[in-house]
Amino acid sequence: MSNPDSTARLQLRKISKRYPGCQANDAIDLSIQPGEIHALLGENGAGKSTLMKIIYGVTSADSGEVIWQGQRVNLRNPAQARSLGIGMVFQHFSLFETLTVAQNIALAMGAAAGSPAQLGPRIRDVSQRYGMVLEPQRLVHSLSIGERQRVEIIRCLMQDIRLLILDEPTSVLTPQEAEELFVTLRRLASEGCSILFISHKLGEVRALCHSATVLRGGRVSGHCTPAHCSDRELAQLMVGQAAGLITDYPKVSADKAFLQIDKLSWHNPDPFGCSLRDIDLEVRSGEIVGIAGVAGNGQDEWLALLSGETPLPRQQGETIRFDGQPVAHLRPDARRRLGLAFVPAERLGHGAVPQLSLADNALLTAFQQGLVSHGLIRRGKVEHLAEEIIRRFGVKTPDTRTPARSLSGGNLQKFILGREILQQPKLLVAAHPTWGVDVGAAATIHRALIALRDAGAAILVISEDLDELFQISDRLGALCGGRLSALRPTLETRLSDVGGWMAGQFDAPQSPAPASA
Amino acid sequence: MLLSLEPRGQQSRLMLWCSPLLAAVLTLACGSLLFIALGHDPLQTLYTLLIAPISDLYGVSEWLVKTLPILLCALGLAVAYQARIWNIGAEGQLLLGALAGSALAVNIIGMQSRWALVLILLTGTLAGAAWAGLTAWLRTRFNANEILTSIMLNYIALNLLLFCVHGPLKDPAGFNFPESAMFGEASRLPLLLEDGRVHAGLYFALLVLVAVWVLLQKSFVGFQIKVLGLDARAAGFAGFRQKPLVWLALLISGALAGLAGVCEVTGPIGQLVPQVSPGYGYAAITVAFLGRLNPIGILFSSLLMALLYIGGESAQMSLNLPQAITQLFQGMMLFFLLACDVLILYRPRLNLRWARRTQTTAVQAGAL
Repeated sequence: MSNPDSTARLQLRKISKRYPGCQANDAIDLSIQPGEIHALLGENGAGKSTLMKIIYGVTSADSGEVIWQGQRVNLRNPAQARSLGIGMVFQHFSLFETLTVAQNIALAMGAAAGSPAQLGPRIRDVSQRYGMVLEPQRLVHSLSIGERQRVEIIRCLMQDIRLLILDEPTSVLTPQEAEELFVTLRRLASEGCSILFISHKLGEVRALCHSATVLRGGRVSGHCTPAHCSDRELAQLMVGQAAGLITDYPKVSADKAFLQIDKLSWHNPDPFGCSLRDIDLEVRSGEIVGIAGVAGNGQDEWLALLSGETPLPRQQGETIRFDGQPVAHLRPDARRRLGLAFVPAERLGHGAVPQLSLADNALLTAFQQGLVSHGLIRRGKVEHLAEEIIRRFGVKTPDTRTPARSLSGGNLQKFILGREILQQPKLLVAAHPTWGVDVGAAATIHRALIALRDAGAAILVISEDLDELFQISDRLGALCGGRLSALRPTLETRLSDVGGWMAGQFDAPQSPAPASA
Repeated sequence: MLLSLEPRGQQSRLMLWCSPLLAAVLTLACGSLLFIALGHDPLQTLYTLLIAPISDLYGVSEWLVKTLPILLCALGLAVAYQARIWNIGAEGQLLLGALAGSALAVNIIGMQSRWALVLILLTGTLAGAAWAGLTAWLRTRFNANEILTSIMLNYIALNLLLFCVHGPLKDPAGFNFPESAMFGEASRLPLLLEDGRVHAGLYFALLVLVAVWVLLQKSFVGFQIKVLGLDARAAGFAGFRQKPLVWLALLISGALAGLAGVCEVTGPIGQLVPQVSPGYGYAAITVAFLGRLNPIGILFSSLLMALLYIGGESAQMSLNLPQAITQLFQGMMLFFLLACDVLILYRPRLNLRWARRTQTTAVQAGAL
């Protein structure tokens, strides 16, 4: 663990940062020793991102001190931070897809990259030393998400790195890939590099990190040693009261199929997109089916086919059926009339219109619920619905006139989910329902999904978060390369099974085991 | 930066109302400076520009005559712009409405029934809609950019009008002037005042104003148009049909411009002439944005634009002010109006430089 003899690698003293309308950081103290893997835990909006940006020089603190290896520094920009040996891997990669790995790294390093002939071997060298296989001449668009992350990390390791900041790095990885990443990070730490690991996945924080700082509402709510804390204690530090946050929901099995998908294939006209092949699936009324998979394996394409945004030709209408009725050729509003509700992956710009008020966003998909008469909007009813969503699902907002974009991710997601659930769907399709959502909101969302299941709706959840899928799904499967694995009851499935499916290790889907029903 | 803007996060209701007032004050102040620099008495010049033209009933009537076509075009454009369909073709749609209406009118000069007027107005309106329909078809069928196609159709419409007025529609008894025959009495819009040119088109404008207001603010179709404009992906997610909405928005837009055109030839002009429009269709673009695409706002901004038109003319005549100066004044007003709108979403903040400097030096001193 930390070495008490040497001075800290990085020390923050009373860092405060104010944005209009919110105190993002309030007198935050943090200290990271050389070779320490330090976790920064907190809900969305707890101030993690702001703090990282201050350390990396993207923004400056209003007050407080940043002490780097015993010296006070005033970080003005990321270039200065990099010259001190601070590297950062953002959640959203900043890579040029049409360039090679080496070219991308050269772009980031500037003059220090040297000639292309020298750079290639250096990249290979670094990638081998840390066990991250990477071919410098490959084009970035041909890399998987996990490989792209390696490019980002190696880009940081090419310089003399003393502190590596990783923002939710495992959110895009399969469990096996995450395990490989941890091996690399442990090796880095053993060489003396400090690592600041931002996450909200308690399990991996416990597995990887030596110590943790927990933020809540812009303040430090506690320091702890993750290995000695239970999930409940950590969650309590993050949200204040953890009652009902981590629950085991009873698993159920159902028998009456509502959603039936037969040999669904779809050719993607986008050469870099993913085509779907022979997807077979049955979701029964009263169960939750969870589909795992790393992003980019056909989720978006499949979801568009399910929602009706990509309708198939009429003669293929039978490939998707709701309660026996062919729907694959129908548009979204027609499918909604047959009982579909849908929570898309992107909240702003897909599930909700950012500029419109919450009331208008309630109208967006619920307009077939008697909110329109003779072509005119019934404002009173719309307001009433919006207020009911806000009340029933605990959405924190001043009023129904607030534009959707000014809500936090968790609150907006609760609103969108509430809007869909109040339409009393027979089938709910939810994509990444708790992505980027804080623990408290995630628990609310999970409870709502379970309640909907128990009320008899069929639910399909597509997510990258395996903890979530294991927690709420009754049956599990995974999507890889546009193909769907066979489904298996959650209780009979191990994490490593799903990891294998996510990597494409499953038989051709024509040999499923529906006998379990 | 000494002065910086920071986002408010939410529209300021206060500024929504105050920004036009602030803009007016700034325009008057800067306009006065401009007139002083040119050696004119600022108060008198402003009076000639803005008040004198509408100080009697005849002036008000002329003001309304100018306002009507701008208002009709701008209301139509607002519908298209709410859907983020950039119809720049109101001018062409207006001209075609005037042309088609006139083509019918000169053939039924003898008709005594009031139905003549109804038929002519209908023809003009439909012709405007059809002209916009071309843009809609090109956009929905070939995904052609509507800005380009609608502008190009403007030139085609103008030259079509010139061809007709010099050719097939020219008055045989007109001494070879490029004009059509005067329309029959039954095909003219009735006047509303004894001594003024304001005509029954005013009722259409008011009707359209209410209709567009209901469409955009109250109806579900208007909501769909708005969602399509703000976020096409969310519109697709909700199941709104994009192509019909594009057609609808453009057809409404074209129909209203066509109505404006046919009202001009059946109203104040009474025949088809090459100069049916001094650019009403283009002015309407500015007016629509100035009114923030809101029908009530557009009512005021079209009145303002019409006032600037006739004020500029009267300043030219009575003060010998060059046209460029009145245009400069118009430009100034538009600039301030749009600039002040920034305050609706942003809050200006004064950064006191000395406060910042002391803070930075303290940190630097620590680093050394």
